Amino acid sequence: MKFGVVVFPGSNCDDDTVHVFRHILGQEIVKLWHKSTNLEGCDFLIIPGGFSYGDYLRSGAIARFSPIMDKVIEHANAGGYVLGICNGFQVLVEAGLLPGVLLRNDHQKFNSKNVYLRAATNHSLFTGDLDLTRAYKVPVAHAEGRYFTDEATLKQIIDNDQVLFRYCDADGQVTEAANPNGSLDNIAGICNAGRNVFGLMPHPERASDPLLGNTDGRILLEQLLAVTA
Amino acid sequence: MKFFAEINVLPQKEILDPQGKAVKLGLHNLGMDAIDNVRIGKRITLEVEADSQEAAEAQVKTACEKLLANLIMESFDFVVKPL
Repeated sequence: MKFGVVVFPGSNCDDDTVHVFRHILGQEIVKLWHKSTNLEGCDFLIIPGGFSYGDYLRSGAIARFSPIMDKVIEHANAGGYVLGICNGFQVLVEAGLLPGVLLRNDHQKFNSKNVYLRAATNHSLFTGDLDLTRAYKVPVAHAEGRYFTDEATLKQIIDNDQVLFRYCDADGQVTEAANPNGSLDNIAGICNAGRNVFGLMPHPERASDPLLGNTDGRILLEQLLAVTA
Repeated sequence: MKFFAEINVLPQKEILDPQGKAVKLGLHNLGMDAIDNVRIGKRITLEVEADSQEAAEAQVKTACEKLLANLIMESFDFVVKPL
């Protein structure tokens, strides 16, 4: 299993992601420049956090048309795995690989803090072995993280079990107070109908190195390694 | 022929627009209490080469649908004039 991190101008979590996958999870991982159209044999693509193209127009909107994105879409449509973290999630919704959009936080402020997440299902590679009753502490850092979609699509993704993570409090209760950005139904992360494309706003790669004092994010990322087994 | 397009992109009415809400509060703080439903969007202008008005409008519409607006959260309108 070879991982690839797509780097756009303005990506800023690419190095964190490479560090965690290479040194903490012991995986082979390379960076893929957005102007390239060669996925270098990567089996699992990660679109990292950051501010691709300065968030101009809408977060993720311009990155979606970078040359490599046609290959990423092709890879996803062929069943290949793709994970978008934060800005990467925004890029994947703009690319139409995941349903919905990420709007400006309801309180209009940039969120930079630890939040708690609860896995909503075990029916996905990303959440396969997670404890559904546990609250995982993972940081968020975003201004546009309010998950939104029309009612019909919301019903569809809930019925299809595509909601992977919800914001909750430290006790695992999914409450309005624990929702950091006004996301519909406290949604923090989802997958596509094919269950091979994942997106979430929180940053598990920032909570993986023991040096940083929190390794809950590592538990999330370790789920992905089930494909290598 | 060259055409000039003026495009407005606005958040959809049913979606909470926190920017508009904050600005409305500011206006109320100025004493302008009669103002309501402030919504903030983008104004985009561009020039486009086309054979006719219709062809120019078709290009602008495609640009709006494919990139300039995200129809899940925004609506758009535009005016195209010959330059």
